[in-house]
Amino acid sequence: MMKKPFAITLDVGSSLANHTGSWRTERPVYLDRLPPCNNACPAGEDIQGWLFHAESGDYEQSWRSLVENNPLPAVMGRVCYHPCEGACNRGQIDSPVGINSVERFLGDEAIKRGWKFEPPAKQSGKQVLVVGAGPSGLSAAYQLARMGHKVTIHEAGPLSGGMMRFGIPKYRLPRDVLDAEVQRIVELGVTIKYDTKVTDILESMKTGKFDAAFLAVGAHIGKRTYIPAGDSAKILDAVSVLRSMEGEDQPMLGRRVIVYGGGNTALDVARTAKRLGATEAIIVYRRNRERMPAHDFEVEEALQEGVMIKWLSTIKQAGDSSIMVEKMALDDKGWPQPTGEFETLEADSVVLALGQDVDLSLLDAVPGLEIKDGVVQVSKNMMTSHAGIFAGGDMVPSERTVTVAIGHGKKAARNIDAWLRGASHEPAPKHEVAGFDKLNPWYYSDAPKTVRPVLDIIRRQSTFEEVVGGLDETNALYEARRCLSCGNCFECDNCYGVCPDNAVIKLGPGKRFEFNYDYCKGCGICVSECPCGAIKMVPEQI
Amino acid sequence: MDQTVKFYQTGTFTVGNRLLSEENRSVQANMQRTNSLNSGHRACQGCGEALGARYAIDAAMNASNNQLIAANATGCLEVFSTPYPETSWQIPWIHSLFGNTAAVATGIAAALKVKGRRDVRVVAQGGDGGTTDIGFGCLSGMFERNDDVLYICYDNEAYMNTGVQRSSATPPAARTATTMPVGPEPGNVFGQGKSVPLIAMAHGIPYVATATVADLRDLEAKVKHAMSLNGARYIHIFVPCPLGWGAASHDTIRLARLARESGLFPVFEAEFGEVKSVSKIRHRVPVEEYLKPQRRFAHLFGKNPAFETIARIQATADRNIRKFGLLEEAVS
Repeated sequence: MMKKPFAITLDVGSSLANHTGSWRTERPVYLDRLPPCNNACPAGEDIQGWLFHAESGDYEQSWRSLVENNPLPAVMGRVCYHPCEGACNRGQIDSPVGINSVERFLGDEAIKRGWKFEPPAKQSGKQVLVVGAGPSGLSAAYQLARMGHKVTIHEAGPLSGGMMRFGIPKYRLPRDVLDAEVQRIVELGVTIKYDTKVTDILESMKTGKFDAAFLAVGAHIGKRTYIPAGDSAKILDAVSVLRSMEGEDQPMLGRRVIVYGGGNTALDVARTAKRLGATEAIIVYRRNRERMPAHDFEVEEALQEGVMIKWLSTIKQAGDSSIMVEKMALDDKGWPQPTGEFETLEADSVVLALGQDVDLSLLDAVPGLEIKDGVVQVSKNMMTSHAGIFAGGDMVPSERTVTVAIGHGKKAARNIDAWLRGASHEPAPKHEVAGFDKLNPWYYSDAPKTVRPVLDIIRRQSTFEEVVGGLDETNALYEARRCLSCGNCFECDNCYGVCPDNAVIKLGPGKRFEFNYDYCKGCGICVSECPCGAIKMVPEQI
Repeated sequence: MDQTVKFYQTGTFTVGNRLLSEENRSVQANMQRTNSLNSGHRACQGCGEALGARYAIDAAMNASNNQLIAANATGCLEVFSTPYPETSWQIPWIHSLFGNTAAVATGIAAALKVKGRRDVRVVAQGGDGGTTDIGFGCLSGMFERNDDVLYICYDNEAYMNTGVQRSSATPPAARTATTMPVGPEPGNVFGQGKSVPLIAMAHGIPYVATATVADLRDLEAKVKHAMSLNGARYIHIFVPCPLGWGAASHDTIRLARLARESGLFPVFEAEFGEVKSVSKIRHRVPVEEYLKPQRRFAHLFGKNPAFETIARIQATADRNIRKFGLLEEAVS
């Protein structure tokens, strides 16, 4: 024992014996917060999740993660109004991540490389009827098929896609892209019966021995309004015009086309008219640009293409070669009021783009359904008041976009699956949102958004070529890496590095980190310096 | 003019980055890092010095193939890491007196030379008290003789372990136990200042650098470069002290960042007396942003802010920015 150097009486010990964790009054804990993009996505995509894989260049894994929630990324990458980008925290640093363009890149990549969906592990033996092969129906069919149910879609028309084909012009969504993504769903085992209009849903379910049904017939009856018109005045509705673009005979609109309405459909028709050779395409809208429901970038693109917009005007009368409009003024509440001032505009045709109604005749024989404002009422689980019949998309109360429809399809599928098992589907509670105040933006490299190439104006006025181009591999990777990964650890090692007490254990790639509470003093540096807000302090229980 | 844009999300701002190749990652991101200063040390919550010491010594260990001996002046770093008989150090480490650590390191280097152990390298480390005041004579001697030692100063701007007394590194207007915020000029006086990095440069030694705990990659690169050289080398690391500065423990790195971004602490490196590179300010901030979160400057704010004093501090920052060229040239 006394074989020690001079003046030394104790063995050298390590400070590891000193558990400094006992000093702590608060402890850091890792958590996943909800990124604002995911929170804003009507289809419930885990955007941060799939971007994470894209960041390392693993596009297939990224695509597979994406299609968990949305089977149509190449379509959505073109037509979605991307509320995710509006919510993106990066917008407060430079500009939002181009989520939509990366989604499109992944969708196109999947088509190019021929990636397929994983078939279900086993079949449930249950049969589900989906009515309508639009976005909502396709989304539900895809999700149900992946859960092992046998799905048949009855489609009234000769082609799939619904409003994606008959409402969205080709210059925004090329048809080969749509066909390729629908085909992939068919290859998963979904049967689509075309030209099969369901006139009585209960009858169809009985004959086909279906255990449940999902209705997604959409809204495609153009709303009309009364306009005093001469005999030879040519008045059409927007839905018919856009639908006839899919057939052999293109609609005859003439050289001077007036479009009445202020939604995205009005812009689609006006831009289509320009491409059909109209010298003038004028949108008549009763309110002003701030109050226009159409999306701003579509208005911008239309104006660039030479579409004109007559703000604060209503059509009073239509003749065979002209119309009379009345100027409006907005009142205190923002509603248009007539001014008594009139103006004549030359017009060969008038296209009404005033919204759409739903054809609900297939439900006539179903007792006890609640119909309000022309749409079917559904409960929280997307089921109508008739057990086993679910509905979604444009035929239920909601915002009418493709993205919302896809979200409805997924939600309905999960509830149908639960209902078929005699259970009920409880969605996992949402995590708290990772707001900008939760981030430490210092750590992100400065980089503005890659803007998708936009076709030259002259070229796009006269053709139906796609207006917005895609990203290529290098700039898609760049764009993906602009993601801040809000609220979700992306393994930057900051917590592991900045701890003065080595109290963070790095578990290795893909495994994240854990705290060593024996030594963590609770200083909170890891929380302050976590770029993405994936750690928080909680009081110690004493 | 096709140029591939290389963009790695957080680049080298974060400690690690899974998108970078292995050889471009930091020492601290490594699962097998040395942890030269191990857990269980008795430094306060959020200690900048404990963090800076691990950053620097781990990098030095990495650069010397783990053949490293450290001499350590008296001060916080020594006190909190080695209460008898425990130690947090996982390297050969010797405690010198308060003022002679440069001389002790010189002795170790001389002994190694005699033994022909060119593979074993020597560092000396101390706080600002042990470096800029008490150990200054020994340090200057070590520089002048160009002894083969890397001296690292962890600057927290006062004598923290004895109860926050003023040192020659304490900034003007700061409150310490010996410069109370009373009288016509509250806090520390506006003296002439004493920049040991510039004094070290005046010795013409091979390498002098400054760094902060807010920029790990910069700090590691400087230690690595210093370790590749022989002769006297000096690195001055800015390490905020939550206790002595009256700052929140979670603000340690933030304060170091603000010191740099305001221009109050210029980050640069110099060889043989000439400045070779400076770290540019990324998002410039007024000095108030740095001063306000610290209670040692609280008397400058409140109901009657000391505008004149703040302006004098701002002038110091502006002078640094001009002198070292800390701002990016405006792109014309």
